[in-house]
Amino acid sequence: MTALSLHNISMTFPDGTQAIDDVDLTIKRGEFVTIVGPSGCGKSTLLRIISGLQQPTSGTCEVNRKSLGYVFQDSVLLPWRNVRKNVELNAELQGVPKEQRQESVQKAINLVKLNDHVTKFPHQLSGGMKMRCSLARSLVSQPQVFLFDEPFGALDEMTREHLNDELLNIFLQEKFAGLFITHSIQEAVFLSTRVIVMSSQPGRFISEHTIDFPFPRVPDIRYSAEFAELCGRISHDLKLAHA
Amino acid sequence: MKLSSQISQNRRISTIVLPVITFIVFLSIWYAYAKFHYDNPVQRRNALPYPHEIFTDGFLPLNDKVNGLRPILGYMWPTVKVTFLGLLIAVVLGVFVATLMNLSKGIEKSLFPYAVILQTVPILAITPLLTELFGQEIGVRLVVTVLVAIFPVMTNMLFGLQSTDRALHDLFTLNQASRWTRLIKLEFPSALPSLMTGIRIASGSAVIGSVVADFFFAKGEKGIGYYIRTRQQQAIQRPEMFAGTITASLFGIAMFVLIGWITSRAIRNWHDSNLAIRQSSFKILRPLKGN
Repeated sequence: MTALSLHNISMTFPDGTQAIDDVDLTIKRGEFVTIVGPSGCGKSTLLRIISGLQQPTSGTCEVNRKSLGYVFQDSVLLPWRNVRKNVELNAELQGVPKEQRQESVQKAINLVKLNDHVTKFPHQLSGGMKMRCSLARSLVSQPQVFLFDEPFGALDEMTREHLNDELLNIFLQEKFAGLFITHSIQEAVFLSTRVIVMSSQPGRFISEHTIDFPFPRVPDIRYSAEFAELCGRISHDLKLAHA
Repeated sequence: MKLSSQISQNRRISTIVLPVITFIVFLSIWYAYAKFHYDNPVQRRNALPYPHEIFTDGFLPLNDKVNGLRPILGYMWPTVKVTFLGLLIAVVLGVFVATLMNLSKGIEKSLFPYAVILQTVPILAITPLLTELFGQEIGVRLVVTVLVAIFPVMTNMLFGLQSTDRALHDLFTLNQASRWTRLIKLEFPSALPSLMTGIRIASGSAVIGSVVADFFFAKGEKGIGYYIRTRQQQAIQRPEMFAGTITASLFGIAMFVLIGWITSRAIRNWHDSNLAIRQSSFKILRPLKGN
């Protein structure tokens, strides 16, 4: 079942920068697609277009925006709300009645393992815990499409790998259609069913790699020869993208 | 004793000891100047009395109905009322106008230049106009207080509203939040630390505004400014004048501490700027427990 489809999306900014040039993309539920590319190649702009935060210059985007999760680069938490209240925010803004949202809020908190921290405020949380909280907030409404704008970029390597493992577990349970953006090739290969390499200025899709590791994936596949070879191929394409 | 508590205790002592040392130095200079500048004691007392003379002659006559602590406190009461009420009105109006400006660039552009002008006009230079419009009693003093207090409230509130995190705005947009929801659940709480900073600045202005207004509008229930002004006119009452002035400024300090305390309560759990307040040297002005 197709959850997201983009046709001929192009985006030119008022200053003439062509951020995205003629991008086509279809993602089904149960697929996890990652886009890697140089900084400033329009990856984030693409997510903003899909979510409706920005209008493309041309092209069409078919997605159910009522069932969309969006995880930002930063955790984007309200500093005056504790963890539970922050997780509740999206559902609250969407007008889900209080009694109805309690159960799904608790479920999301369990899913990201923040049970022991629900009354803490953002400034009391580590970077990893903030991202979990941010993730939980989007999980509450069980969206069909999940957009991730480089969510773990600011975290240390250990925390990032740990969160990757947990994100995959959540993905297996929720079976959403995922679109993930990252600079890390390892992260892309580990998480995805497909990895797309994007070039910059203009932002185009220049290659696509299918990742066949079966689910559930164990952390140790990161050390397999096959994994290394995939990373090498993607890395090679990325160098072309930079050129 | 643990090292960390030792350090924190040292820091606490220094936040008390250092200002006290400054105060002692200040008093010493005062005594030295008063002693060597004036040859005869009467002349000194009528120009720059020794601090202890201010205490004995300005404050101490406890049963005097005209001068001393009791009449000073009697004159303080209207000043306290005008200051609080004026500050309250300034906060309500300032927040309201800032919110309107935040909702519409058009409103901001039409009103903001006049807010600046309002701030730069020397209000007491238009005393006759104010008398014409508002009389000479407590009402006009309230108006002066509001006029001097509203600008910092309004500009800080507007700044706070407009510097709301863009990513948080995006989040609210993604969830189709209404303008009203955005205002109540995002912009107001974001602006709270800025607003409190504005109120803190305004509280000082409000005290000065209400005291100085007494100098120019002296009918009806008179405040401490009236007491100070009338004691200025006779050199022999110099200690009384200083006593009134010191009481008014102690009230200003009390307002500053009070607003600081309310601020730390209001944003205690969550705001980065609260951490800045905690670490600032104003710590002594906040309750010492719970740190």
